Amino acid sequence: MFDEDVIQSIGKDQARFRRIVRGLIKQDLRKYMSKGEMIGKKGDQIISIPVPQIDLPRFTLGSGKEGVGQGDGDPGDALGQGKEGEGGAGQAGETPGQHAVEVEVTIEELASILGEALELPRIQPKGRDTLEGMKVKFTGIHRVGPQSLRHFRRTFKQALKRTIASGMYNAADPIIIPVREDFRYRSWKVEPLPRANAVAIYMMDVSGSMGDEQKELVRMTSFWLDAWLKAHYKGIAVRYITHDAEAREVDENTFYHSRESGGTMISSAYKLCAEMLKKDYPEGDWNVYAFHFSDGDNWSSDDTAEALEIVKSKILPRSNQFAYGQVESPYGSGQFLKEIQGSLASDERVAWAEIKGRDTVLDAIRAFLGKGR
Amino acid sequence: MSRRELQDWIVRIADVARSYGLDFFETRFEVVSYETMNELAAYSGFPGRYPHWRFGMEYERLEKSYAYGLHRIYEMVVNNDPSYAYLMEDNRLVDNKMVIAHVYAHVDFFKNNQWFAPTNRKAMDEMANHGARIRRYIEEFGLETVEGFIDRCLSLENLLDYYAPYVVRRRVETRPTEVEPAEQRRAIEGMRFKTKKYLEPYVNPEDQVAEEGRQAEARIVEEKKYPVAERDVLGFLASHAPIPRWQKNILSMIREEAIYFAPQRMTKIMNEGWATYWHSRMMTEKLLDDTEVLDFADHHSRTVAKHPGQLNPYALGLALLRDVKERWDQGRFGKEYDDCNNLAERESWDRHLGLGMQKLFEIRRIYNDVMFLDEFLTPEFVERQKLFTWKEDDRGTARIDTRQFNEVKQSLLNQLTNLGDPVITLEDDNHANRKELYLVHRFDGTPLRRDWAVECLKNLALIWTRPVHLETLVDGKKRVFSSDGDTISEATA
Repeated sequence: MFDEDVIQSIGKDQARFRRIVRGLIKQDLRKYMSKGEMIGKKGDQIISIPVPQIDLPRFTLGSGKEGVGQGDGDPGDALGQGKEGEGGAGQAGETPGQHAVEVEVTIEELASILGEALELPRIQPKGRDTLEGMKVKFTGIHRVGPQSLRHFRRTFKQALKRTIASGMYNAADPIIIPVREDFRYRSWKVEPLPRANAVAIYMMDVSGSMGDEQKELVRMTSFWLDAWLKAHYKGIAVRYITHDAEAREVDENTFYHSRESGGTMISSAYKLCAEMLKKDYPEGDWNVYAFHFSDGDNWSSDDTAEALEIVKSKILPRSNQFAYGQVESPYGSGQFLKEIQGSLASDERVAWAEIKGRDTVLDAIRAFLGKGR
Repeated sequence: MSRRELQDWIVRIADVARSYGLDFFETRFEVVSYETMNELAAYSGFPGRYPHWRFGMEYERLEKSYAYGLHRIYEMVVNNDPSYAYLMEDNRLVDNKMVIAHVYAHVDFFKNNQWFAPTNRKAMDEMANHGARIRRYIEEFGLETVEGFIDRCLSLENLLDYYAPYVVRRRVETRPTEVEPAEQRRAIEGMRFKTKKYLEPYVNPEDQVAEEGRQAEARIVEEKKYPVAERDVLGFLASHAPIPRWQKNILSMIREEAIYFAPQRMTKIMNEGWATYWHSRMMTEKLLDDTEVLDFADHHSRTVAKHPGQLNPYALGLALLRDVKERWDQGRFGKEYDDCNNLAERESWDRHLGLGMQKLFEIRRIYNDVMFLDEFLTPEFVERQKLFTWKEDDRGTARIDTRQFNEVKQSLLNQLTNLGDPVITLEDDNHANRKELYLVHRFDGTPLRRDWAVECLKNLALIWTRPVHLETLVDGKKRVFSSDGDTISEATA
């Protein structure tokens, strides 16, 4: 009898609740981002985030430290973990203990929360025909429109209402004749359907000086970069390159978990990246994002010079952005960042950040994505 | 299970329930899907309640625990005339039979228990009206404004006089006329006796006059206070807070809803015990089909399952009602029984009085949980039911504290008194002659939860629009928390 109404209002209340939760997540984004657990999920998967303090405060007794129970045991025995009973059981004597509410959000939603919190500009995809398709969506009802789009049921309903309201309705002879004001038409909206090609290339130094914590930082940073880019480009391609003195393309898992030893030649990775771009993404309408993470130690200044040259001549011309993230490690000198700042700082397609610890992941992301390219 | 079949059972079970002497409002059963069930549960059974995010939160919680198989709502019934009850369409017939029997007993309780007597039996309409009005306010003033105000009111929701509907409180609406400062001075000056100048130091000794002046002043201040300590702070705010009319209306609506739900919280143990007692009797005596016995036993035993550290109101209520029935059937009450010291005689005591059923109906008519436990809890029962009190040790592990009857009973009653809420009264609405509110927490051994109390106090100040103070005990010392809606300060009283 009232199912439909209920569903409508709970939908609104739920949406409102989610918006509030969203606000809370945004407030504490840095805290959530410095936690590793939520990472490792992909795509539209759902993440559970514990949000504390959503309950309304009220005057209560602050105990929860004593109560009455039922069962076996001698004084002094510890109680087992109580379980919530069925059918609303366990109300009267239960401990009021505090619980954080677990809310579920999709990664996509998280990315947009991130965007709001960091005030990231939306990416403007480049390329000739970024607005490749137009999609027609029937979204509502209008009072004017072509006959071909006449909404019969709504029109009839309107006419019926008018007939009844004006007292002309005769149940024995229920003829309803719509007049001009009764007619309703489907209306539509044309939505641009952006279709931009995009690729993100992640490069990481896996030489001996990059430890587990450094890799974890890279993983956390790239997780959020990934989420943000995915929110803007459907079907973005992602490639991974690891390097020590030599570069190779790897899959995602290897990227984050492989450990090499030995020297570092950054140019090797850039070379591979440049080749990849030339071979696989030749057209000008690809939106290319190259990210490189290292601890800033390179083998020689010659190699550094070569690397920078490759970035300048081969990677940058094809890229929306080239970003360098320098992870602090006990071994790294951090020299490479200075070189980049020295020779590439004037190019606005270049972004860099120092990632000193989990708390600075957020700042790195802001630096990388803040330009909206 | 077809709806037709279910309909037949609804009629048949009503007849069975009547044959046992249950007397209920007309009850309308709605068969709903589990989604709708969860939605209705989020709204406490009322479709069309006012919009608020916490219903959405509750719905998500229910939905999730249902999806994970942690929780399943079998029964929901609304105290209304006619009463509404919801059945889940994909429950087995045996489950629904049990639920229907359970529901009729609840409705009988709603109709006949005196604590429900003042409740609004048109709550269904009332809640829908509240919904419509609040929706209109939202249209007019904006969602965030209205919602923010509702949040504020809800955090003060339990500043209520739960017993007000049942008694007439002495309430002096007219305040003593304000005493003018000049008059005050005269009153104090008047303490001097007229006398000759040289006798002045003897007839009117300076320190004596000063002391009496102080007392007179204190009396004047005392008289200016709100004459009766007011527990219905929400009601006070709704009539006296300087806020716009729509806010007063919301305040009143939230107060009304809290008052409506109070008897259900007041009689939770009895009400569930009563319903469980009857579904169990009706099912086993009249309604069960041979093939359903196991399913019923399984379902019933889960309903009354006990969990360490928690009280299951279904189980406790059922056990205590059965205990009372047995005692009154056998005559184990009264002076003769109480005075009997012969254990063997007590064990085998049976006067064949058969008064049990009559007693149960009397209890369902007159008692609430506090009275019920206070009067009928016996040491034997506590021992048989293995009740205990528990406390958390320094490490936060809950441990069994004692099985002593008096302490178990005391602890139970403490939990139930004032619905487990702290008793907070409004002592003065013109504190320090500055139109500030002064509230006192009647400390009974358990301190207030501080972080929340502070938030609530801010909310109170925002509604009152003037500073408010709350006196309570912290670590055994009297403290006064004050807020102007923005900041909080703490002082020793």
